[in-house]
Amino acid sequence: MSMREAVNRVRSFFYKQRRDAELEAELAVHVELAVEENLRYGLTPEEARRQALIRFGGIEQAKEQQREARGLIKLDILLQDLKYTFRTLSRDRGFTMVAILILALGIGANIAVFSVVNTLLLRPLPFLNAQQLVWIAPPPTKCGLSCATYSTDAYDEFRAYSRSYQDVTGYFAFSSPGNLSLNLGGAPIPATSIDVIANFFNVLGVQPAMGRLFTPDDARNGAAPVVLLTNAWWRRQFAADPAIIGKTVDMNGQQTTVIGVLPSSFDFGAVFSPGAKIDAITPLNLYGPPRDWGNIVTFIGRLKPGVTLAQAREDAAAAEPHMCWNNKTPQSCGNYNKAVVPVPLKDYVSGRLRSSLIVLWCAVGVILLIACVNLSNLLLARAAARSKEFAMRSALGASRARIVRQLLTESLILSGSGAVFGLCLALILVRWLAHQGAVALPLLSTLHIDGAALAWTVLIAVSAAILFGLVPGLRMASGNLLESLKDSGAGSGQSRKHERIRSVLVASEVALACMLLVGAGLLLRSFLHVLDVDLGFQPERAAAVKVEYDDSAPNQAARVQKRTAIFQQILARVSAIPGVEAAGISDYLPLGQNRAWGTPWPKGVKRPEKMPAGPLVYVVTPGYLRAMGTRLRGRDFTWDDGPTGQKVVAINQAFARRLATYAHWPNDDAVGQMITGNGQDLLIVAVTDDVRAETVEGENGWQIYYPATQQNPTSAQLVIRTTVPPAALANSVLRTLRDLNPKQPAAEFRPIQTLVDHSVSPRRFFMLLVASFAALGLFLASLGIYGVISYSVTQRTQEIGVRMALGATQSRVQLSVIARTFRLVLAGIAVGSLASLAVARGIAALLFETAPSDPLTFASMVLTLGTVALVAGYLPARRASRINPMVALRND
Amino acid sequence: MPDSKLDLLQGTLDIMVLQTLATMGAQHGYGIARRIEQVSGDEILLNQGTIYASLVRLQQRGWIAAEWGTSDNNRKAKYYSITKNGRKQLEKDAAHWHRLSSIVDRVLAMPAEGEL
Repeated sequence: MSMREAVNRVRSFFYKQRRDAELEAELAVHVELAVEENLRYGLTPEEARRQALIRFGGIEQAKEQQREARGLIKLDILLQDLKYTFRTLSRDRGFTMVAILILALGIGANIAVFSVVNTLLLRPLPFLNAQQLVWIAPPPTKCGLSCATYSTDAYDEFRAYSRSYQDVTGYFAFSSPGNLSLNLGGAPIPATSIDVIANFFNVLGVQPAMGRLFTPDDARNGAAPVVLLTNAWWRRQFAADPAIIGKTVDMNGQQTTVIGVLPSSFDFGAVFSPGAKIDAITPLNLYGPPRDWGNIVTFIGRLKPGVTLAQAREDAAAAEPHMCWNNKTPQSCGNYNKAVVPVPLKDYVSGRLRSSLIVLWCAVGVILLIACVNLSNLLLARAAARSKEFAMRSALGASRARIVRQLLTESLILSGSGAVFGLCLALILVRWLAHQGAVALPLLSTLHIDGAALAWTVLIAVSAAILFGLVPGLRMASGNLLESLKDSGAGSGQSRKHERIRSVLVASEVALACMLLVGAGLLLRSFLHVLDVDLGFQPERAAAVKVEYDDSAPNQAARVQKRTAIFQQILARVSAIPGVEAAGISDYLPLGQNRAWGTPWPKGVKRPEKMPAGPLVYVVTPGYLRAMGTRLRGRDFTWDDGPTGQKVVAINQAFARRLATYAHWPNDDAVGQMITGNGQDLLIVAVTDDVRAETVEGENGWQIYYPATQQNPTSAQLVIRTTVPPAALANSVLRTLRDLNPKQPAAEFRPIQTLVDHSVSPRRFFMLLVASFAALGLFLASLGIYGVISYSVTQRTQEIGVRMALGATQSRVQLSVIARTFRLVLAGIAVGSLASLAVARGIAALLFETAPSDPLTFASMVLTLGTVALVAGYLPARRASRINPMVALRND
Repeated sequence: MPDSKLDLLQGTLDIMVLQTLATMGAQHGYGIARRIEQVSGDEILLNQGTIYASLVRLQQRGWIAAEWGTSDNNRKAKYYSITKNGRKQLEKDAAHWHRLSSIVDRVLAMPAEGEL
């Protein structure tokens, strides 16, 4: 089509009336001219006009042909269809509202979940060329974070001996929440900072929003302290001060210069430590004291362009022998045997969640399917009522294609409106999800609806329209015209056929809902099992608060003495608060961070060649174990276990059992036995319960407790066990701490339960989502059942009236309707249960101490589904039984 | 109706309209229709109405121009005349048509296999 023609066609489209009038006039002249000519041949006026019209052909056809040749006929038809659709839909307001609601729920859930999946799985991490970034760590072991990190010496050597990387960076893995106290006058404000290697942001490709990044000079010995603020903290704490760069603030008692503000797109917690809030970033001095702290840094590398993961792995393996735990002890070189494995950073961040997310995605897919089946059903019911309308239209000359197009337009309008409302729903849902800060899922805070989500919305809206519009459309178009016109609606062939399809649709809906329910049931049961796990401590009525204390002293002996005095005083004062049952201090809490110090071994027993990874270390005061609710056999530490006395430890059962297999202890009892670790003889004074130290769901690791009176803790978490709800004591405990130490920040008073909640939050999150989808599925399926049964009752009003007039009792009528429901539901459940078995096997990896074929879950879910379904069928049944035969027969 | 058949028909009518206007000068729709019927010796049975789709198409392509004028017996009618572009198009179409018909003639004149 030439440009000129296109322009003219568009113009004709808009000047439709004027063109039509012109054509009208032109045709009139044509006929008049023809009549005149015929009159000249001597025909009678009537005959002349008749002949002229015959020669002309159909006037309307000619007009239609001309319109087609001049304008945009496709658009005209579309507009007509749209106008007609809006008219019919607004006439049938109840139907339209229900249909749009169902679609909005189905599509909204889909958009929201797609956004989650997109953020966590599909989209690259929010860094420059994120596919080049790798996380370098040993395979998982029993000794927690200490075995997942490297020493600073190893960092230098890895950097020197590997060739695949543009650069390697890392961060200090043992920063604990609230490790920074900001002094602006008044009570110190607790915050959390992370130490990173100076090139951290250069490797990740993050540019500051303001100011500059770290330089190597910032991390030298004796360098002036500097800090980078995260965007959120800068806004919250410093009121987005535009002149903050260069200002100094008192952090941990040091005048620290703010050198930059990070962009809001950078969220350390979201990527590296889900659920944690990081406020500030400080440079890690690799050549200061951390040199001798052992394994403390994580590695993150940026691969050179074109280097594959396999090449990077080989390269890492080649660098391994050069890496030393500590350069001063040459025998520690090569310690990292098979422990330097790069994986894509993205896999490290969200790889574990892949299967959960896929399950979630499938669940919303099923929801959409149920919604479509429901819509199909509603449209079929409407189609039955409209069959005469369509028969009439096709009798008037509408082609089959035109009718199908009309129906498809209706479907598209419905799904389009559903998508718009669904998008609003998804926006709310996504915003809510993005603010679930306590959920330990990576990248959750970056969740938003983006272009991909919008494209996805269009895709599912269109496919849904095709899916639910297809069956009714085909049925409609293939209908026998004559039959439809004759069909009076009640009990004739066409309606019966419709009803059969609708029954199949409802049964499949029930089957789909059954799958969802069983899946959700299994996840729920797993979650309940997780909550039931014996943690080895009692989170109820216990809380923790981070305590600041002055740890400066001229030498180790003075340090221990000073600390012991402080701790003793704190514990004495806190224990005296009414309602406090027990109090103790530990430097690490379970389900949080952890570290290991190598493996102590039974005294006099030869160490095996390959030493097992060491137990997790907790440096605690007397009373800590009682405050946590961890039971022990033997005796607790006392304040008399001083620095000069016998060094003592407590170990957990799992570690004790392991040591007993090497030592020949009477009754394999570890209590009272000697072990050696780091060159010291340690007396085991107690064997404690196994504590779930890393995750609630993982297996029990090994733990060892050292007294804070003999070893140096890295920080102090005060744990109290109370007789009243712990929150009630928050103020008095904090006041007491402030009394003792004015520098004590207003630290968060955390119930121990929050540690457990945080650990199980991803499972709770997925379980809740799947369960709500299952509830939605159940609701939609029952809606479907109600619709079909109710419709069939309406259709058979007369028939039921006749039966009742002939003597059928109310209960008899009721029973027959319920029996029909029952057959439908039973068919659905039978198919659904079989499918559920397959589904359950598919999600077996996500279950916790729950068999995929768990009979209790299956039985209860089938029972729930059956009950809800029968209630949905009972309502119309009751209506049927109340039909007044006289009224029913007189009707119609 | 399949599209290809319609196209051929449309194209045929278009070329006839162009040729009529090229030889007769400005003419109204009825005159064009009558002229085509006469020239064809009333051999093609044309529904006169179909000519208007052809006319509007040619007009929108810029090959003919239209103007309201007065007929011999004082009637207001829309008069069509061929444009410069229309003449060019007619030349092109005519050449194409001649080529096509000569090819078809040759193919139809092909002797049967045994007669060679």
